[in-house]
Amino acid sequence: MRAGRLAGSRNALTSALLLLPAAVLLWVFTYQPIVTTVIDSFFSTARGRRPSVFIGSTHYETMVADPVFWKALVNNAIYAFTTIPISMALALAMALFVSGKLRGRGIVRMAYFTPTVLPMVAVANIWLFFYTPDYGLVDQLLRHFGGGGANWLGSKETALGALIVITIWKEAGFFMIFYLAALQQISPTLMEAAALEGASPWQRFRRVTLPLLMPTTLFVSINAVIGAFRLVDHVIAMTRGGPDNATVLLLFYVYQVGFGYWDTGYAAALTVVLLAMLALIALFQFGYADKRVHYR
Amino acid sequence: MSGIKVEGLAKVWGDFRAVGGISFETKPAEFVALLGPSGCGKSTTLRLIAGLETATSGRIVIDGRDVSDLPSAERNLSMVFQSYALFPHLSVSENITFGLSVRRVPKAEQARRLARIVDLLGLGTLLSRRPSQLSGGQQQRVALGRALIAETPVCLLDEPLSNLDAQLRSEMRNEIRSLQRRLGITMVFVTHDQTEAMSMADRVILMRDGLIEQNGAPAELYEQPASVAVARFIGTPPMNVVDLEPGPGGATIAGADGPPLAALGDTPLQLGIRPEHITFADEGFAAVVEGSEYFGADTITACRVGAQRMLVRTPGKPSLSPGAAVKLHWPATAAHLFDRDTGRRRPDAVLPTQQDTGATGESL
Ligand SMILES: Nc1ncnc2c1ncn2[C@@H]1O[C@H](COP(=O)(O)OP(=O)(O)OP(=O)(O)O)[C@@H](O)[C@H]1O
Ligand SMILES: [Mg+2]
Repeated sequence: MRAGRLAGSRNALTSALLLLPAAVLLWVFTYQPIVTTVIDSFFSTARGRRPSVFIGSTHYETMVADPVFWKALVNNAIYAFTTIPISMALALAMALFVSGKLRGRGIVRMAYFTPTVLPMVAVANIWLFFYTPDYGLVDQLLRHFGGGGANWLGSKETALGALIVITIWKEAGFFMIFYLAALQQISPTLMEAAALEGASPWQRFRRVTLPLLMPTTLFVSINAVIGAFRLVDHVIAMTRGGPDNATVLLLFYVYQVGFGYWDTGYAAALTVVLLAMLALIALFQFGYADKRVHYR
Repeated sequence: MSGIKVEGLAKVWGDFRAVGGISFETKPAEFVALLGPSGCGKSTTLRLIAGLETATSGRIVIDGRDVSDLPSAERNLSMVFQSYALFPHLSVSENITFGLSVRRVPKAEQARRLARIVDLLGLGTLLSRRPSQLSGGQQQRVALGRALIAETPVCLLDEPLSNLDAQLRSEMRNEIRSLQRRLGITMVFVTHDQTEAMSMADRVILMRDGLIEQNGAPAELYEQPASVAVARFIGTPPMNVVDLEPGPGGATIAGADGPPLAALGDTPLQLGIRPEHITFADEGFAAVVEGSEYFGADTITACRVGAQRMLVRTPGKPSLSPGAAVKLHWPATAAHLFDRDTGRRRPDAVLPTQQDTGATGESL
């Protein structure tokens, strides 16, 4: 009895020790910063001789009254609701296209995937050229149709749309890889059986392929949501939130407040809100959708 | 009611000929087994009939209608896949009615047919389960249900029993066979298990290397094998096939100085005798016992005759110890002669006076 308990506790100790490095890293680099951020969001930012003091929910009250915050929130919502569905639909279409029997499909796959490999800053530079008024590729093309002369990144109406296009262009290839892998997992016999039962190509897609891709769709959508809130490199490189805050996204605003105005307390509060939103979305996706999506 | 007619059907991949121009015909409501060793082209033949592969050449006629160029959906047939191919995201009932629902059969009609199939296959308690929540045998019945609910006159089955254990397999054999009889469906059933083919089928088509080796009733394949390959494929243990060589008065077993067994021809011959047709007797071919295996109901004794080995199947327990000298006897009608070069049956090579030699004439 005693020996057994001793061996048991020894075992537990070993496991705990084995877990320790991972746990320490996770704590130090993930949870500790989150906790610190939450605490910081209730303190004022130290300036000069004025030390940081507890100010309760003042930052959050500021936020509610802050038009730039609301602008960023709306922008980010528009950004997410356009980039996520379009890039996913495009990814699925491209995956279906290149998973079929296609001559030179290796090259097509690579072409689709290339934007993903490029760093966002490089992508931003390429597209800066595309969007240049008059000389840029977009304007040069539009000129043939009598258009052109628009300042895509410089005008309030088009700047966010221009960024959305870039994001879709970059993300679709990445998501395509997941869809391609999932499509290859679907047994061709299932498609044969469906065809033999009289299902048209559209019915086969709608009633067999699409449901079987749902786990991948869930996974990709989570990635897409995270991406929509996380990727701001192109905002920094191309518009810096302008013109007139037309392209301010939440994370960019956090960056601006924290490292532009050095108001770290307010930046911490913004971060907390961002984190809470992401956590809620993830909870919904895993908790609700996950149950409806896996068949095994 | 419809039969299937296949004419000169061939399938070539690159320079590999998987099916080499085969022809056969089935009667309506017949149960036909496509039998043969692994890789002989059984599945390919079935997939060609189903329209899942395009034939390199040849014609397929179902119910008098040339379907060679029609897509599989329009061939009016159903199929049970070897791997069942059930849709993992659909429940049992949705799987079974999948074909009806994509063909827009009215819901009431679907429900009526589903109820009948469910009753037939005993799936009543499983209707809301997903395929992953079913046992192998249950999955198989669902696959069968999906094929049967279409009420097509032709049903193709590709080794549907290969994943089941022995008990379930024999149950399903009976079930499929009686269903086929009751519904009057033409079934083509692929298997590489000769007992399955022999016990279930009205007719067995034995294939080898993409060609039909023999096409006939099970008894025909057993009693009159058209070639050495058929002879060795049917029966457990397989038929003894020994080389004959010229001796005085006719050909006899190589290395044995027994009586002549066949007329001397221009080509070398082989003799085939089923182990169950040989008995130990006072007169016959001298042989030496090499060993025996006991199977409960019977015993298989390996004997050396001249330079050749022969198996003898006798009822009961083994009574002979290795090294014992015995005489092997078989009725003349049990002896099959084959051309050693081509492997084909040589009914013409029988010795006219065979009745007078070591093997006396007895009817089987
Ligand atoms: N898509 C393909 N491309 C090239 N060769 C193929 C293809 N499909 C099958 N074959 C070849 O054709 C031959 C016949 O295959 P098939 O699947 O019909 O065999 P089978 O008789 O069903 O065998 P088994 O009992 O193992 O299922 C095999 O040698 C196989 O390698
Ligand atoms: Mg096969």
